[in-house]
Amino acid sequence: MSTFEGALAATRERVANFRTCQFTGLKVDIAAQRLIIANAVAAVVFLAVGGLMGLLVALTRWPAVHLLPAEWFYLILTAHGANVLLFWIIFFEIAVLYFASAVLLNSRIAAPKLGWLGFVLMVVGAIITNIAVLQGESTVMFTSYPPMMARPHFYLGIILFAVGALIGVGLFFATLVIARAERTYEGSIPLVTFGALTAAIIAVFTLVSGAIILIPTMLWSMGLIRDIDPLMYKLVWWAMGHSSQQINVSAHVSVWYMIGALVLGAKPLSEKVSRGAFFLYILFLQLASAHHLLAEPGISAEWKIVNTSYMMYLAVLGSMIHGLTVPGSIEAAQRRNGFNRGVFEWLRKAPWGNPAFSGMFLSLVMFGFIGGISGVVLGTEQLNVLMHNTIYVPGHFHGTVVAGTTLAFMAGTYLVLPLIFQRDIIWPGLARIQPYLFGIGAAGISMFMMGAGTLGVARRHWDINFTDAVIGFQHSPGAFLMMGLNGISAILAALGGILYVLIVVGTALFGKKIVPGHKMTFPLHSAARVVSKYGSEGTIKLPGTIVLVTIFFLSFVLYYFVNWKYLSDLWQFR
Amino acid sequence: MAITSPERRAWWNEPVERVELIWIAVALLWGLFMFFFMIAWHFIGGQNLATEAYKVTPSAYQDKVDAFAEKYQVRDEAGTPVVRPPAGVDVYLLGRLWQWWPVLELEKGQSYRLHLSSVDWQHGFSLQPTNINIQVHPGYEHVITLTPTESGEFGIICNEFCGIGHHTMTGKIIVVDSKAETK
Repeated sequence: MSTFEGALAATRERVANFRTCQFTGLKVDIAAQRLIIANAVAAVVFLAVGGLMGLLVALTRWPAVHLLPAEWFYLILTAHGANVLLFWIIFFEIAVLYFASAVLLNSRIAAPKLGWLGFVLMVVGAIITNIAVLQGESTVMFTSYPPMMARPHFYLGIILFAVGALIGVGLFFATLVIARAERTYEGSIPLVTFGALTAAIIAVFTLVSGAIILIPTMLWSMGLIRDIDPLMYKLVWWAMGHSSQQINVSAHVSVWYMIGALVLGAKPLSEKVSRGAFFLYILFLQLASAHHLLAEPGISAEWKIVNTSYMMYLAVLGSMIHGLTVPGSIEAAQRRNGFNRGVFEWLRKAPWGNPAFSGMFLSLVMFGFIGGISGVVLGTEQLNVLMHNTIYVPGHFHGTVVAGTTLAFMAGTYLVLPLIFQRDIIWPGLARIQPYLFGIGAAGISMFMMGAGTLGVARRHWDINFTDAVIGFQHSPGAFLMMGLNGISAILAALGGILYVLIVVGTALFGKKIVPGHKMTFPLHSAARVVSKYGSEGTIKLPGTIVLVTIFFLSFVLYYFVNWKYLSDLWQFR
Repeated sequence: MAITSPERRAWWNEPVERVELIWIAVALLWGLFMFFFMIAWHFIGGQNLATEAYKVTPSAYQDKVDAFAEKYQVRDEAGTPVVRPPAGVDVYLLGRLWQWWPVLELEKGQSYRLHLSSVDWQHGFSLQPTNINIQVHPGYEHVITLTPTESGEFGIICNEFCGIGHHTMTGKIIVVDSKAETK
């Protein structure tokens, strides 16, 4: 890969400037620190913009409020998807990649100048796409399915963004190579870096798929290509669209492990099992493009079954393993910290007032129970017909991407601010409640949209009253109730989101500078300082985690069969 | 810790905890069950989406739907023909900006070969309140053998975004009890 070679070549001459972190003992390359800060700031800006757009969308779909006119609703919905699903999350992920490579490995970062080039490309691309949407002739939704056509610069912006992100991913790989060559660490890379490596490998697959489909689509929009087959488009586009969500999964699972380690001193129960679970992601997560082709014509049932199940649910197995090992490692750490009474003392006396921990644990629970279970059900070949393109679908992915990824990244921010920005969190009282406010809102959004979808409400739809339709249709009262509750939840989530942005911006600008000897408002675990003491957990009983995963498993099985019952009551078709 | 290198360099040789092994086994078996259940439903279930599909040009499909509607039209509803085909025949439904055309009148318990396609953009066939949702592509004619199991009036809404009139795109399927039952 040329980026890779270029990164290596360009980096040879630089003499890195390091500082040593007083809390973790890690060596931090100042050039890496600047790049992390820039990407994190850009991420938060796009979260603020895209999040407010999300609130406008939810308020429009609340039948009693019905805020925006139709044209604006579809336009804002298009921009909402691009800004949060793509720009917020990938900017933050680039920051995570730089952190997990340069900082965790005590290494200098490869070719920081190229990193800035990638950053500028991403910013420019994101702005171009936003301009294209706001100009009003590219209201094609985030998915831009042909034959519906956007203006060429809509696609161009996303392509530039993807190229910039690919450069960032290339620097991550190059930094791993440098760290290995310069022996900045011993043995294998840490688990969090391994998870980030998983995310980076999937990111290459994802971003290249995006280029493969969006470049011809842009040429088609310019009139240089006559036709884009809509089925082929969906297959390749979703190799970007869905697989990019698997970058999120790998990245936020890494963030879970990282927060567990820094806040509680948690170690993986078993390096082998946790790494094996990440490895399953690399092997199988990319098949998820099939989730978007289950209701399409002309695709064989065999193809659908193999791909939609990630080859016999082996990637789901990976997530279920993390579902045990993440809370398990926290339980083990807490028991070691002295909270050993009964089944749940470790959980009751966890640092629920520390937003890094509370955000992480809420993210873990909600990703599993809401996003995970609904994803498997939605991705089951036959069950898909019950929910395809209903608002159940956004319900599902707000459970994964908002309650899961976004909340995990927010939680991670409460560590990034003191450790990388070197500012202490301002307004600790507000920071304490922020993850709960956002988390409860996100959970509500997900579940009420799923409820409305079960009652047949369409996604991406301005008017569930069908006021202007020639042939009228009336949804059940339950559907209206669900959409109203969704609107209320969106307000809660938006309040949490606004608080988050205010705390981040406020801390970055006015937070107390962290000087040697500073005591952090939300302290790290003392073990975070002891870099030399590490390894697998060893024998320990985990009754609390066993109870949690048993509840999870029973909910999963129950919900799965309830949906088969619904399906068996439908009209028959074959 | 998860942010530092594993203590033992040969971490892949470490034994795995029992609780982890049991959970991996449970999750693996559950995954296999779900995988084989999808296959099983093709044999035991009554709801499996057909894979029969043909390439078709929009204008050719339009012609087929027009001929079908003309042949079996029984009345008119709000300017849209209501078409009542005999049981067992091929039935055509068209998605276009912004309507499902024509209105179909089917008999409960009878099977029909329902053809679905679009003449412009992608649309989402969403039969309500039953909640059967199928994607409709221009250029592809999807053939589904459909058997209504309840009578009444059913709305078809569009759940694939298709431009500014998307939320006005509706249609209807009327299911009547079969003659044998009403006698």
